[in-house]
Amino acid sequence: MSDKHPPKHAAEEGSSKAHRAAPAAEETAAVVSVDTAGGAMEPSAVPATAQSGQLPGGPDTLLRKIFTGSGMVSVLAVLLALIIGGLLIASTDKQVATTSTYIFARPTDFLAAVWNAVTRSYIALFQGSVFNPRGNSVAAQFAPFMETLTIATPLITAGLGVALAFRAGLFNIGAQGQIIVAGILAAWVGFALHLPLGLHLLLVLVAGVIGGAFWGGLVGLLKARTGAHEVILTIMFNYIALYFLRYLLNTPAFQRPGETNPISPILDPTAVYPQIFGTQYRLHLGFLLAIAATVLVWWLLNRSTVGFEFRAVGANPKAAQTAGINVSRSTILVMAIAGGLAGMSGVAQVAGTEKVLTDGVAATYGFDAITVALLGRSTPWGTFAAGLLFGAFRAGAVQMQIQTGTPIDIVLVVQSLIVLFIAAPPLVRAVFGLNPRRKKPARAAKFRQAATTGGAA
Amino acid sequence: MAGLATVSASALLLTACGAAPEAGSTSSAGATDYTGCIVSDSGGFDDQSFNQSSYEGLKKAEADLGIKVNQVESKTNNDFEPNLRAMVTAGCNLTVTVGFLLGDATKAQATANPDSHFAIIDFGYETPISNVKPIIYDTAQAAFLAGYLAAGTTKTGTVATFGGIKIPTVTIFMDGYADGVKYYNEQKGKNVKLLGWNKDAQDGSFTGDFEKQDVGKQLTQNFLDQGADIVMPVAGPVGKGAGAALSEAKDAGKDVKLIWVDSDGYLTAPDYKDIMLSSVMKQMGDAVETVVKEDKEGKFSNTPYVGTLANEGVQLAPFHDLESQVPAELKTELEQIKKDIVDGKLKVESAASPKA
Repeated sequence: MSDKHPPKHAAEEGSSKAHRAAPAAEETAAVVSVDTAGGAMEPSAVPATAQSGQLPGGPDTLLRKIFTGSGMVSVLAVLLALIIGGLLIASTDKQVATTSTYIFARPTDFLAAVWNAVTRSYIALFQGSVFNPRGNSVAAQFAPFMETLTIATPLITAGLGVALAFRAGLFNIGAQGQIIVAGILAAWVGFALHLPLGLHLLLVLVAGVIGGAFWGGLVGLLKARTGAHEVILTIMFNYIALYFLRYLLNTPAFQRPGETNPISPILDPTAVYPQIFGTQYRLHLGFLLAIAATVLVWWLLNRSTVGFEFRAVGANPKAAQTAGINVSRSTILVMAIAGGLAGMSGVAQVAGTEKVLTDGVAATYGFDAITVALLGRSTPWGTFAAGLLFGAFRAGAVQMQIQTGTPIDIVLVVQSLIVLFIAAPPLVRAVFGLNPRRKKPARAAKFRQAATTGGAA
Repeated sequence: MAGLATVSASALLLTACGAAPEAGSTSSAGATDYTGCIVSDSGGFDDQSFNQSSYEGLKKAEADLGIKVNQVESKTNNDFEPNLRAMVTAGCNLTVTVGFLLGDATKAQATANPDSHFAIIDFGYETPISNVKPIIYDTAQAAFLAGYLAAGTTKTGTVATFGGIKIPTVTIFMDGYADGVKYYNEQKGKNVKLLGWNKDAQDGSFTGDFEKQDVGKQLTQNFLDQGADIVMPVAGPVGKGAGAALSEAKDAGKDVKLIWVDSDGYLTAPDYKDIMLSSVMKQMGDAVETVVKEDKEGKFSNTPYVGTLANEGVQLAPFHDLESQVPAELKTELEQIKKDIVDGKLKVESAASPKA
């Protein structure tokens, strides 16, 4: 943890480590003072720089980074990921293995096989996530993109929850548990109650959001009242939620009549999200709600008093308290809202795509949401874009497996590499030798970048 | 990373000096356009359980029948529907889906694509679907034999079992095992105790998942402490935890034995050869290959395939190295019981038995 947050480190351990920070004294001092009010208080778990998504003089959003100053680095990042990923793909390919046995006798075969394996995989990734020209109708050609949006939906809302908590200085690992509790309540309302169209779905949504908000708010309450650390609280709350769900699925109330498999009845047709573009795509109303949630979080953070208070608490709780902000209230409220957002992911799962409750209802979305939020630099629209990127990778993975036989684990390794390089430009600069040569600024730059990307590692 | 690169590079060099094959030579004579596909549940094709057996069955069909094979692993429950959709789009003639969790997704895709055929492992529908063939197993029959065998072999008078998760495909093993022990006690007037499962209460010991081998090891050590000397883990890879605990006990001088499930553990878990008494086998690979073969020949039907002792879909594996430890009398009795079950003279019932 400490290595990921050099500024915090320096502040915590004071002069003993001061020499490490010395070459970048100015830079570090600025960052530290944001986080700790010049050392007057303990630094927050998430460095202030990661919370605000802005650094002194640093770039602000992922997108802006790509399209402005460091565009070249981003291109190189993708290139590097594609090359390393390609080598991995080639190393698992049968044809490559066969031709490698006579690489000296006829190297062209080997090289052709490598090229073939790599390009086929990446084309499959694209065809599985954006556009499939082999589809026999326009609808089929765009199906992959719809799938990307579908998978992105729970990632976006859960990512927003994590991002919002980051901005208030809270490291929220609890999206997984919040999705599960939301899923339990939403699913139960969906299959146990039988209500008219419209009202039923509304109640499912409300139940899910309240469930998530309750589970998140409880963490906020415990932190505010007892000072318990939110990281430990959220992790343990994830376990509680999961095992409680497993228990419920073993009770008849959550099983199908006459069966003992741990799977709930299917939700009523009145309780599920309508599909936006008809039944040929899985894309459902939840995606539009995810867009609405993104707008809401943007407004909350940038235009509302409550959001200002969140950011103030995130930047410096002591100073915020002195300024008359109720820190306890903010902590509880931000965790409740974060939980409610994650709850929307739970609803998207049970009412959008799965339509049943199993112990896999949260999949890995709660944890992916952390990466999504960090990749999106904890800004609402950054998180939205990062959610889409992740959705595209997940959707494309299926075609990569089917068309090329690349094992799913290698697919995920390649995708993780791409995310790693996109999220860590300094790594790419180092690989291509683009870091400035002069010693002092180089160290300073290193610090700045480490802080920018610290949490994502 | 560098080490790995060096190793693979040297491996490449070692094998790189072979001769090139004739250019333009094509293989796979007699290949057809028939495509068989498989979608795993989140266990993946290396789960040493039903995903793996089914996958191997399909790969065998690929080799024997010259069909094309597509496979997709599901990482989470969310992947089921997209994976199935992709299989249908990829033009699969028959898609094998593995496990009850895929029941809904398979039903949805089968209904939407009446021309595609599906087979689902370990799950049956209450109302049959015209293009889905369930492949299910009356595992209790073979587990009954294992229970009788354990009761007849134990030195301490106590045997044990535990499961991964309490689902019907797991508890059916434990039901049969419990009944086998009970039958032995009735026949012989003995009182062999069973730990880890109470058939009447339908409750017992579970590790909570199919992943944490250390939990399986702890449970097994508990059973050993309570005097058990034969353990049957019904938990996929978690069985290796039981194997580890039993191996340690054996090294410490105890006479202990392991009963494997799903496949012949003597072959699939060779680390525990010396304590492997037998295995309760579900021959999923054979069933999958048969279903593919029938479908390829245009003889698809949606009648469930139910693996029983009679059709050898479920079996008790050979005793291999522990052959000498099973008394000849007990072997004869087991043969007789098997015959009685096949003939229907002896009924083995479990709440989880296939209803078809």
